[in-house]
This record gives sequence, C-alpha cells and structure tokens, in this order.
Amino acid sequence: MTRKLLQAALVACAFAATGAQAQTEIQWWHSMGGALGDKLNELATQFNKSQGDYKVVPVYKGSYPESMTAAIAAFRAGNAPHILQVFEVGTATMMSAKGAVVPVYKLMKDSDEPFDPKAYLPAVSGYYTDAKGNMLSFPFNSSTVLFYVNKDAFRKAGLDPNKPPKTWKDFSQAAEKLKASGAKCVYTTSWPSWMHVENFSAWHNVPIGTKDNGMGGLDAKFTINSPLHVRHVSMLGDFAKKGWFTYAGRTSQGDAKFTSGECAMFSGSAGAQAGIRKGAKFDWSVNMIPYHDDVKGAPQNSIIGGASLWVMGGKTNNAYKGVAKFFAFLSRPEVQMAWHTGTGYVPITHAAYELTRKSGFYAKDPGAEVAVKQLTNKAPTANSKGLRFGNFVQGREVIEEELESVFAGKKDAKSALDEAVRRGNEVLRKFESANRS
Amino acid sequence: MVENRPFLTFVAHAVLIAGVVVVAFPLWVTFVASTLTYEQIANVPMPLWPGDQFLANYGQVLTAGSTKGSAAPVSTMLFNSLVMAVVVAVGKICISIVSAFAVVYFRFPLRRFIFWMIFVTLMLPIEVRIIPTFKVASDLGILDSYLGLTLPLIASATATFLFRQFFMTIPDELAEAARIDGAGPMRFFVDVVLPLSRTNVAALFVILFIFGWNQYLWPLLITGQESMYTVVIGIKRMIVGGDAATEWQLVMATAMLALMPPAAVVILMQKWFVKGLVETEK
Amino acid sequence: MEKRVLFRSSWLPYLLVAPQVAVTVIFFFWPASQAIYYAFQLQDAFGLESRFVGLANFQDLFHDDRYFESFKTTAIFSGLVACSGIGISLVLATMADRVVRGALAYKTLLIWPYAVAPAIAGVLWAFIFAPSIGIVTYALQKLGIDWNWIINGDQAMLLVVIASVWKQISYNFLFFLAGLQSIPKSLIEAAAIDGAGPFRRFWTIVFPLLSPTTFFLLVVNIVYAFFDTFGVIDATTQGGPAQATQILVYKVYYDGVKAADLGGSSAQSVILMAIVIALTAVQFRFVERKVQY
Repeated sequence: MTRKLLQAALVACAFAATGAQAQTEIQWWHSMGGALGDKLNELATQFNKSQGDYKVVPVYKGSYPESMTAAIAAFRAGNAPHILQVFEVGTATMMSAKGAVVPVYKLMKDSDEPFDPKAYLPAVSGYYTDAKGNMLSFPFNSSTVLFYVNKDAFRKAGLDPNKPPKTWKDFSQAAEKLKASGAKCVYTTSWPSWMHVENFSAWHNVPIGTKDNGMGGLDAKFTINSPLHVRHVSMLGDFAKKGWFTYAGRTSQGDAKFTSGECAMFSGSAGAQAGIRKGAKFDWSVNMIPYHDDVKGAPQNSIIGGASLWVMGGKTNNAYKGVAKFFAFLSRPEVQMAWHTGTGYVPITHAAYELTRKSGFYAKDPGAEVAVKQLTNKAPTANSKGLRFGNFVQGREVIEEELESVFAGKKDAKSALDEAVRRGNEVLRKFESANRS
Repeated sequence: MVENRPFLTFVAHAVLIAGVVVVAFPLWVTFVASTLTYEQIANVPMPLWPGDQFLANYGQVLTAGSTKGSAAPVSTMLFNSLVMAVVVAVGKICISIVSAFAVVYFRFPLRRFIFWMIFVTLMLPIEVRIIPTFKVASDLGILDSYLGLTLPLIASATATFLFRQFFMTIPDELAEAARIDGAGPMRFFVDVVLPLSRTNVAALFVILFIFGWNQYLWPLLITGQESMYTVVIGIKRMIVGGDAATEWQLVMATAMLALMPPAAVVILMQKWFVKGLVETEK
Repeated sequence: MEKRVLFRSSWLPYLLVAPQVAVTVIFFFWPASQAIYYAFQLQDAFGLESRFVGLANFQDLFHDDRYFESFKTTAIFSGLVACSGIGISLVLATMADRVVRGALAYKTLLIWPYAVAPAIAGVLWAFIFAPSIGIVTYALQKLGIDWNWIINGDQAMLLVVIASVWKQISYNFLFFLAGLQSIPKSLIEAAAIDGAGPFRRFWTIVFPLLSPTTFFLLVVNIVYAFFDTFGVIDATTQGGPAQATQILVYKVYYDGVKAADLGGSSAQSVILMAIVIALTAVQFRFVERKVQY
C-alpha cells in the first residue's frame, strides 16, 4: 500500500519535473559499482547543473559483460541507451556493429564540439581508433596493469623493501627468499590473460596476433604460442609448482589476496590502488611490471584496460547534440583530473596529466603516476598500441582456460598455448564470418 | 517396530544426528558470519560463535545493500522476491485449475490437442529455451518489470496435471446432482470443485511459492535495474564486487534473509509441503 | 480414464483454457520454435545481419571436442549428484523409519534445505570452502590437504556436487520415507519370524520394494542435475576452472549470453531439448506402468 502511494508520488514528481522544463534525457548505462559509481554520478550531476537543456541519467547495469549483454538485447528490442560504457575487450564487437553505433569523431564533428584525438595519450587513443585514424569511442576509464609489493613481507624475508623486482630474474630471487621466510602466498595476479599474455606481449614488443594485433582487419590470427610466450607461461607454471605463484581466479580476485596481506607480490589493475589504500594494514609500493631482460627492446610500454563510452545509433539529433556536449564536458582537464585522482584510473589526456602533476598530487602519492609512466614508457609500436580481436570476450576466456590448465599442472605451456591459438582462431573466424559486410 | 534392538536404534539416532548436523552446518556458519565484522571473517579461522555485528550487518543490507558491489537495499529485493513468488504461485494455480476443469469436465474439439500442448511444456525447462524467451520478453517490452519477471514462469504443466488427477477422483455423483439442480458449470466449479480443492491448492501453493522465490536464471537475465532485483540475484551481484574484496558478512546476512522466508514456509506448513511435493511429482 | 458426467458449452471450455494456452504459446512454443530457427542461422551480436547457414552450427558443435567434454562433465556431474544424493537419503530415511522417538524433529531438521535456492546453496558452500578464508579449507589445511577449487578442477567438481546434493537430500529423503512407510509391516514381521536379521530384511524385502521409488528418484535427480543446478554453478565456479564444471546448460547460457553466439547456443538448446524429451519419455513410461498396477 505504502509502495503504491510512493509510486504515485514518484509519478507525480516525474510529471512535475517534465512539466517544469523540457529537458532531453540522455541514458547512460555503466558498470561502475560502489565508490566508482558515486564518482560517476558526481560527473553526471555536475554536467546537469552546468546547463539546462540536457539531463544525463546514469544507470548501473551490472558488470561489464552484463551491461554489454543488456545493451545488445535492448538494441535488438529498439530501446538502447544513448551512451554505453564498454570494456576494452568488447571494442572489436562494437566497432563491427556499424549501424548500431555512432562513431565519436563523427558525433563531435556533426555537433561542432571541439575534439582532438591528439589530446589523448597515444596508448589510450590508439586503442579506440580505426585504421583510418578516426576515434570511434570516447575514452573514459583507462587503467593498466601494475606490480604491487608488500614491503613488510620483503623486510621479513631479508629483502630490500625499496628494491622491488624489476625483471623476472629478480622476481625469482625474491620469491625464493619470500617462500623461505614462510610467506603463505608469494605472488598472485588478477586478470591473468590481461597481465601475462596481453600486457606481457606489449611490454616485450611481441605481437598477440597478426594484422597489428587485429587492428588491421578481421582476418587476424593469434600468435601467442611464440617461444617467448611459451617460455613465460611455462615459467609461471613452474612458479605455481614451487609454491611461488598462487592462482586466484580470472578476474579481480587477486586484489583481495594482496590487500589482506596474504600475498607478498601481486599484479593487478591500477584501479586496485584505491581498495588497497583503504584496506591494507602494511607498507606497500606500486611499481612497473617485471620483464625478461634478455628480450631485445623490453620493456616497451604496457597497454590499457578499462572501458570507453560508445554512442548507440537510432537516436534524435537533439539527443546527439547533448551527448556531444557531455563528452566535451568530460574532456575538460579539471574534470579529467578529478576523475583520475578520485578513482585511481589513468589520466587519459596530456593536459589532465600535466594539470595533476602541477597540482602536486604525484609528490604526495607517487604510485598514482607509475601507470602513466608505464603506458608512455616508449612510443607505442604495432605490437603495443593495443589489440582488437572479434568477440574477445570469448577469446580471452579461451586463453584463461588454457592458462588455468598450465597453472593446475595439467598441461605443459606449449600445448596449452597451441590449443589457445587454435581455439581462439576459431572464435575469430566465427566472428569474421558473422560480420562479413 | 518389529523387534527391539537397542544397539540399532542407537545407531539410527547417531546417523540421523550426524545427518542433521552436516545439513545444518552451512546454515550455522552463514549465520555466524552474518554477525561478524569483515576482519573477523578474513582472519582465518573465523570464529564459530556469533559476534556482535548482527544489527549492524542486517541493518546495513536491509537499508543500503553492500558498499562495494550492488548498493540496492535488500528490503527492496525481498519485496520483489515476495511479489514474484506470490504472483507465480497464484498465477500458476489460477490458470491451471480452470484449464484442468475444462479438460476434465468438457468434451470439445481440440481437447486432446490442448491437453498434449500443455503436457509438452513439462519437458522443456526454461533453462533450455532461455535466450529466445528473453528475446520474446524484450520484444514485448516487459524487461525490468514485474510482468516480465513472473508471466513467462506461469506456463507450466505440473499444476494442471495435479488438478486433473484430483478432479478425476471427485465422484461423478456430485456433478450429476449439480446438473439435476440446474447448476451451470461455473456454479459447480465455485460451489463444489473449489472447496474440495482447498488442500491441493494449499499444498501446491507451498511448492510453487518456493519455486518462484528461488528462481535464478530468469530474473538474472530480465532484471537490469537494481530496483527490480530479487534477493537471490542481489546476492550474486554483491559477490561480483569489481576491484574490491567481497564483503562476506553482508553477503551472508543477505543469504540468511533470502533463505529464511521459504524455509519458514517449508517448516511451518510441513504437512502441505510434503503433500504438495509428493503429489506434484507423481 | 474419462468422466461420465460432462457439461456442455460451445465456448466456455475455450475461455477456461485460454490463459494457459496463451502463456504457453507466447512463452513456450514461440521461443522454442525461435531456438530451432536460430540454430540454423549465423548472426552478429547486434542482430544486424543474419544468414542461413544450414547445419553449420551443429557441425561446429560436433567438431568441438569442448562440447563433448561438456557432455562428459554433465554425465559425471549428474551421476555423482544422483547416486550420492540417493544413497545418503536412503540411509537417512531408513534410519528415520526405524526411530520412534524424535522422528518428526529429525524430519523437520532434514527437509529445510529444499527451501534454499540453488544459487544460495552455492554461495553457502563456496564460502565454507573458500580458498583463503573458508573454515573447512582451514581444517583441510590442518590435515595437510591443499584445497583450492579455483584452480583444481576435481575439487571444483566436488564442491558443486556437494552443494547440489545438500539441497536435494531433503527431496529424496521425503520420497524414501513415504516409500518405506507404505511397505506393509506384516511383510517385515513375517521375515523377522523366519529369522532374517535387519540387514538381510533390508536387502531382500525393503530395497526391492523401494525400487520404483529409487528409479523415479534417479530420473528426477538427473533432471535436477541437468537444469536446476545452474544456479549452483553460476554462483560458485562459473563453469571453471578450465571448463571442469561446465555442464551443458551452463554452456548454452555462456555461449548465448556472454559470448553472444546465438546460433551456436541455439543449436545446443535444440540438442538439449532432444535429450530432455527422451528423459521425460522414460519417466512417463515408468509413471504409466506404475499407474497400471
């Protein structure tokens, strides 16, 4: 009964609101839960207050795959949102959906809003730019993978807490001592494929797939069974056997294992810092990820993760004007800086990075800068610009499965990666054939 | 008892007590965890005796959900679950009892056809045709609504069969008498069939209430907005906490809240529950 | 079996069956036919293009050893769930049938897990067995067992089996108890007078008389393991690690929803439908026979 009354009241309010001003509503579906969601809502509120013609309505739609699934279903049913936050592995799927999306460069041009792809860090813009150099989606929350160290555990093991492992050789030495000192878990990782296959490849300047990691066309093939990949994965398999590496799961489960103090070393998203800062009861540091020092050109630069904003097709021109205005608002350096410093995501424009540096934020919190430095370590090559594989949601899952079989000691690295390539290519071929136009 | 064998009786009690303890163990751990702080749970091994966070944790989830994953309050979810369970149960009973009545007490062309049509649905659980069903719901524009949550689940043959079986046992004399009195079919239905079906309806309601409350895959797909989550889905959303550690104390408090209502129904309405269970599956 | 006494109306019966028929057609026949239609199509995720590909989706499935893996996983999983669930319940029911004192209390304390949603059952057990904070994990470590179902496929399987069986015990228990209570006491007494001990009596009299119940429960448990355990798996292992717990229903969901492969998923749906129809036919024939005697 009270609920009915409440609903009636809400409806009345809604009518009153629409009556008062004829605002155009812009639906924004996203996957930022908890504290990140609060920050995102702040952005929308700020924008809504800054002008009176448009109202951005953020809607939390669950995890990245869930919101993407929901949006695809909604598109098929004809009621897609205006803006959809899509994680990086969904990029190729969105790009191929011509007719379902409006490219951002076109949207901004049509609405006469300023938009300069060069304003973005190349590691960021490269990920979302097509072969002709046009940016198709709007970079929003970008992160990269970082290497975290529990300094207290290092001290306990007789290691220098201010000398985190730079290479995998250093890593082995540290791991041995940590294990000997009785550490319950020496090392763990979140997002194993992102860290140990995708970023690993970029960091060592080797391709993940042909056709410039898939950016050059849908007929790309995976190349993650190269000797270097096999060597790295088989090393991890050895670590697992020796008890130096504890597998935590395919997504961010590793974060909690580091934060609780269980694991002494950890690789995970730059976005994990906020949680660690809040939860860790020990001294820790954030560093660049280790590399194999005998590989020529390593370390190169790492690639991004996170998500970008896609504009869905089939809406009114007026609404698109509002979306463009909102994007212009989001590109402002001070807005970018607030988002970067508030969330731990990477500053995605040069201007925002400069502004944050000048503000003295990094002097207080050096860890916040490591991600940018790692992303811009060198000018990106074809191997480190990013990746774009059709249905990589499924492709990555294939890689994760094969990695799991190595870490569980069920397969050797070579046959697992060969299998990952074979199965991954099947996914690519199916996508190619379904998107043949 | 055929003969008195104290040792065997002792063994029987021992086995049963062991069974009860093993079955209840997860519930106890869940309850204990729901009264602790996160630190107490994370500090292995967690205590096996309740802590003092009962009010804090339950208050938090009921009013504000989890702080890291989904922030939808569990009270809203419980309400949604209740609506779903009641509507599914009542809906199924209503459409089944009238269609069973038609199939048993009338002879009409298509009768066999309709009977078989309903029967076939017994064979395909919603899990099998989930994707196209979702598409239909989205075409009808009933995603994220109570209608979408409940209507597709109302189609089921089990209840129709139960009522059909039961109507077969109603003596023909009653219908004969009604006809002689000049009562029409609906009068007979309301005055005779419905009152006789009371216990069957109650038994069925218990089973279907639990069925509706515990639905998972369908609400998982069809609810996008937090305000439409059922409590079973809410738990799942709390666990996928993104970059943060799962707040187990809150998840466990929600789990307790999610399982208490159907468990209470089973225990308090045990007689009908057993009857419903045994008869629906016959 | 037909009623002798009938009512006559040319329109009323249609009106009465209309709601049932409408819901069945809209949410059952239409989607099922769509599933069959999609199974022969190749579509992109957004449904912008769609193309008839004949049996290609089925051919892909039958060339995919992962699909056969999933069959094997499903067979192992449902076998374990059905057998251990039935075994444990039979023991408990036999004991409960024996005791006089406290029988109702035992019954009450054993049937409540039926009310727990599979997904919640999964969450409960996953928490107890959680690799770093689980209470049972801790105990196992003390015993020298390294427990981590996140990476160990066999342990993951064990976890989902335990959670699934736990939820189903109450159901099996009630049916066995009803079966046991319907066995005429005179039969047992006669055997006792002939000098047969309790174990012999169980194997020679009780168990054979329970065989219809056991067979019925076997079918029900297999169907349960095939479909209703989706929640258990999604809330715990999500089919992993390395597909160790990816049963057929989970694969349909995963391929269709997460991997956006509508054609492949629908082809699997069609195959699953065939399997369930076969299972139901078996069950139905059995039920028919029981009705006859």
